[in-house]
Amino acid sequence: MHSISPVLWQFLIKWLTNFAIFPPEASTIAPYADALYFFLILISLVGLIAVVAMVVTFAIRYRQEKNPVPTPIEGSTLLEATWTIIPLILFMVCFVWGALLYFRIYSPPPNAMNIYVVGKQWMWKAEHPGGQHEINALHIPVGRPIQLTLISQDVFHSFSVPAFRVKREVIPGRYTTVWFEATTPGVYHLFCTQYCGTLHSDMIGWIYAMSPQDYQAWEAGSTSGNSLAQSGERLFAALGCNSCHNSGPNAHGPNLANVFGSHLQLKNGQFVTVDDAFLRDTILNPTLHEVAGYAPIMPTYQGQVSEEGLIDLVEYIKRLDSQYRIEQTIENSAAQPVQTGTAPAETSAPALAPGTVKQ
Amino acid sequence: MSTILSLPDQSTASLPKVSYLNKEYGLKSWLLTQDHKRIAILYLIAITFFFFVGGAMAALIRLELLTPQTDLLAADTYNKVFSAHGIIMVFFFLVPVAPAVLGNFLIPLMIGARDVAFPKINLLSWYLFVSGGCIELTMMVFGGVDTGWTFTTPLSTHYLNTNVVAAAMGIFVAGFSSILTGLNFLVTIHRMRAPGMTWFRLPLFIWSYYATSFIFVLATPVIAIALVLVVLERIIGIGVFDPAKGGDPLLFQHLFWFYSHPAVYVMILPGMGVISEVVACFCRKRVFGYTAVAFSSVAIGVFSFFVWAHHMFIMGISSYSALVFSLMTMLVAVPSAIKIFNWSATMYKGSITFDTPMLYTLGFIGLFTIGGLTGVFLASMGMDIHLTETYFVVAHFHFVMVGGMVTAFMAGLHFWWPKITGRMYPESMGRIAAVILFTGFNLTFFPQFILGYLGMPRRYAAYPPEFQVLNVFSSAGATVLAVGYLLPLLYLTWSLKYGKIAGANPWQAAGLEWEIQSPPLTENFPVTPIVTHEAYDYEWLASKKGSEVPTVG
Repeated sequence: MHSISPVLWQFLIKWLTNFAIFPPEASTIAPYADALYFFLILISLVGLIAVVAMVVTFAIRYRQEKNPVPTPIEGSTLLEATWTIIPLILFMVCFVWGALLYFRIYSPPPNAMNIYVVGKQWMWKAEHPGGQHEINALHIPVGRPIQLTLISQDVFHSFSVPAFRVKREVIPGRYTTVWFEATTPGVYHLFCTQYCGTLHSDMIGWIYAMSPQDYQAWEAGSTSGNSLAQSGERLFAALGCNSCHNSGPNAHGPNLANVFGSHLQLKNGQFVTVDDAFLRDTILNPTLHEVAGYAPIMPTYQGQVSEEGLIDLVEYIKRLDSQYRIEQTIENSAAQPVQTGTAPAETSAPALAPGTVKQ
Repeated sequence: MSTILSLPDQSTASLPKVSYLNKEYGLKSWLLTQDHKRIAILYLIAITFFFFVGGAMAALIRLELLTPQTDLLAADTYNKVFSAHGIIMVFFFLVPVAPAVLGNFLIPLMIGARDVAFPKINLLSWYLFVSGGCIELTMMVFGGVDTGWTFTTPLSTHYLNTNVVAAAMGIFVAGFSSILTGLNFLVTIHRMRAPGMTWFRLPLFIWSYYATSFIFVLATPVIAIALVLVVLERIIGIGVFDPAKGGDPLLFQHLFWFYSHPAVYVMILPGMGVISEVVACFCRKRVFGYTAVAFSSVAIGVFSFFVWAHHMFIMGISSYSALVFSLMTMLVAVPSAIKIFNWSATMYKGSITFDTPMLYTLGFIGLFTIGGLTGVFLASMGMDIHLTETYFVVAHFHFVMVGGMVTAFMAGLHFWWPKITGRMYPESMGRIAAVILFTGFNLTFFPQFILGYLGMPRRYAAYPPEFQVLNVFSSAGATVLAVGYLLPLLYLTWSLKYGKIAGANPWQAAGLEWEIQSPPLTENFPVTPIVTHEAYDYEWLASKKGSEVPTVG
């Protein structure tokens, strides 16, 4: 060992103890993605070996010393068809398999627990419905489907968790969603994979997948005290939304109770389903979708509400499932405890239910 | 029938007294030339310069990535370096290299024409290219740009204070060079073929350049528009890509990839043309399945326009359009597979020699197969979710572009070097360089596939420490690769003065370009040739061996 410099030696030790070759499989999706990966590797190997075998065999057998006279060959329709159809079939298998995996990855189960994530240069902000706010970290329970609603405040980012084999572009001005269900408790990399400016490589974080008990403890210990819906309720009052959307007899704006998930008819005759994106659009750009039966008098809130504030508002409107809640809003103060504080999933279920029924 | 074709005795060959190289002298005779061969040389010099600038950037990138921290370059410098690497290598090396150098030199020679259809426009193309390049270099001297070569909005329009406008304008100007070159080739191939040179007697090289030219003419305007919109957005805020003004930031990526995906076929198709020529010559056989190879070039050209959104599977495009684009991408892989099998089958019952161009060709077949098959990983939508925007994409792209295109270009450069200069390169050095290049390339880029599946994102100046080992392999490979590129630069330059005299047809290759003296006359053909046989007719060539190939001078 004397001949090896200690620095080099340390390097080798460090390498051997800290050398990844395959990412951990930590979500329900990961085994499906890996199965397709291994299939693709298999057909690649078969293809590569076939080509290399042909080239090497011919190179040896028909080298000039061995075969001085070439035999002219025009071609062969049969062979041509063979190596058109076999790759075509294999590629079609890859296409179908890949498409199935794609729909599996991007179709969230209806009971998924929703968490909002805002990307901005250069950090990830996670907003749990229960009012837990995190930066460059995301705590989630294992064994439960989690849906992320993603939006960027500035440029394109991309939310990537290699251990879960999921990734979704985070786009300015548009909600995108991704879901996963972690299977193994642990700490996993979170990367921004879309180049987003100077500190792109610092826009990283950790996913903390926790057992349900640990998660509950974390959830209870980290809440800011106000659920997103509660913050949204205050913002709703502070921005004066309730002066029109108050469901009173002289209200200028539509009643927002149960509006989430419903079908609305627009002035141009089209029907839209009210979802997060629709609510966000109508707050920022009310004339984009003019709802039939209402005058286009709503002012724009562009530039007045941050993405986090919009999430709060959307979350609040989502949960407006009765007349009573709106009337309360008018004289609401922070003192009133709302049931959404501790158990977000239970309250989100009835709010989502009418939407799914109406569709 | 005669048996083996031996190389002519090069000790008796002599350089022709008059050729395009010595007809006129002086800087002016080069800078104002309308001779397609001289313009090709001008391109070769300019492009080689850009290649080594881009290569220096690559060296900096690989040095920085030796360690997980940002210790050699700060993050913003790193971003500028990889942007410069991407912009120069894509727009000022890969796109123009094969069309502008080999295409300009060879298309008229191969079809039996005296020049391209519009010689003045051809010269204008070179000036546009050089102007674009100068804008780019000036931009880099004055602070550079950190958009990446993709100019993604709204990052490029609203969030960066670097020289985005200059960078976009440089590419805009150079884009016209592509359009004009494409136009020139299309007209030349349609209108200026020698008598008897029917479409199915054309060398496959011409078929693939024909498809390339179509892409140039149809796709390049789109990126020109996209970049102008970026510039207008930055200067006067027109808001086409700005969601706050009702624009759509994703629209830019649609426009960008509508050019940039066909552009990767612009980069690879000419390489495929070169490979067809070299395989035929060194196997002394017609290319197996000529029509299949010819039409697969056209098929690639056509399909290439309908695959662009496969860069955007994770960006919230409609799932159904994602399905269509995935399907089209799978289909475009088929013609590439057909070509690979046809080249391999050409070797069957050939009489194969392994000179430098053939070594590069064999390397190309292996690397392009890996590059193409990993493309299927990315075309497979569900797999793409995990792999896109990681080093897997970087590795795939470099396998196709560097392992494929640059290797093919090296094959072509060595193959036609005697025709271009009249002198041979040193053969043993050539073989050594080819092997070094192949080894270095694999060591550099293969570990990046593994890194990609691990999830290492591209364009990261710093990365988690567990990725270091593979990155060190990659950087080590890059030094080998650098030797593989510097060697040819040295010995090819050396051979200009000291190389053996090549003679008209050192490879005993078929094709009109080999029937004239090396280096050719300015007017190429003293008498317009009449073509009576199809391409790669090595039997015909063997029977003709007795009579001397005419040389003038």
